[in-house]
Amino acid sequence: MSKFNKKKDGDLPAVSTASLPDIVFMLLFFFMTVTVMKDNTIKVKNELPKATEIKKLEKKDRVITIFVGQPNQEYQKVFGTESKIQLNDKFANVSDVGDYILAERAKKPQEVQNFLTTSLKVDKDANMGLIADIKLQLRKVNALKVNYTTYEGDAFSNIQ
Amino acid sequence: MSKRLKSPEVHAGSMADIAFLLLIFFLVTTTIETDSGLDRMLPKKNPDPPKPFNERNVLRIAINGENQLLLEDNPIGIEDIKSKAIAFLDNGGDAKSCNYCKGANDPTSSDNPLEAIISLSNTRETSYGTYITVQNELVGAYNELRNRESQRLYKVSFTDMHAHYLDANTPTETKNALREKVKTIQKMYPLNLLEAKIK
Repeated sequence: MSKFNKKKDGDLPAVSTASLPDIVFMLLFFFMTVTVMKDNTIKVKNELPKATEIKKLEKKDRVITIFVGQPNQEYQKVFGTESKIQLNDKFANVSDVGDYILAERAKKPQEVQNFLTTSLKVDKDANMGLIADIKLQLRKVNALKVNYTTYEGDAFSNIQ
Repeated sequence: MSKRLKSPEVHAGSMADIAFLLLIFFLVTTTIETDSGLDRMLPKKNPDPPKPFNERNVLRIAINGENQLLLEDNPIGIEDIKSKAIAFLDNGGDAKSCNYCKGANDPTSSDNPLEAIISLSNTRETSYGTYITVQNELVGAYNELRNRESQRLYKVSFTDMHAHYLDANTPTETKNALREKVKTIQKMYPLNLLEAKIK
């Protein structure tokens, strides 16, 4: 009996949590540095396909983004379930793409206006018909450099 | 005496809570950058009339509405696209104009990589995922050939060299030196990837 009692007397030192803030701060700084604040809410399903032969998109200020995909649940009542184009914060029609590109191009500084890339962030279940229409619009406004934005990964996983 | 030795402890217990709160905020707002993808140039609005070409210099790939692939009207699995494209591009059918080709010299296939054209067509119902996979495989075929030649000539892979060339942090002198090499390799295997009009 006394054997067990004795142990109680020995003070077990509490686990020091003093380094916990340091660890958390380290994580915090990591996330602070990699964070890009979302500049627009995506209103469409946007699960990008995967590819292996990808190139990085350099310089954020030279990129115009177009989102394509099925509208999210809360917008489906109004916009249906067909794939839609999202420009900035709004749903748009194919015919608006050209004007949007021109407007965005005009906003950029003069010296980069000729080096703009259009990043197409398209859901992998979207149909090519809509993409072809967008590409036609892009050609009309001479925005020829496109980037099919993808995740890095096995390309064959795009096909179920 | 003993009192003086003991230094008062700073209570750091709540520091962790504060840091956690911030951490969670940044965790939620973080979108890890996904900005990489397949670069492509669209043709001009009024493209120049196409040069006359030989039928054997064109490899036709079609994707139908059910996401099935046809290579020259024969069904083909998506895994085989890359090897077929490489065989086609690297064929060197006329034997003399392409001294770096290591293909089969099949006279019914492409003459040389400069004239070899891959034509990709799809329908409106084709899914984007399939399209990207095929594009990825075709770009992969070109990259593999370019890497091979780049390794032979410069002992460095083309994709690394090109990424280094495009990197904004690369100094200008290095860029100028790289430009020549990149251009040379690109000239050996130009990316002749056509996209047919959608039917």
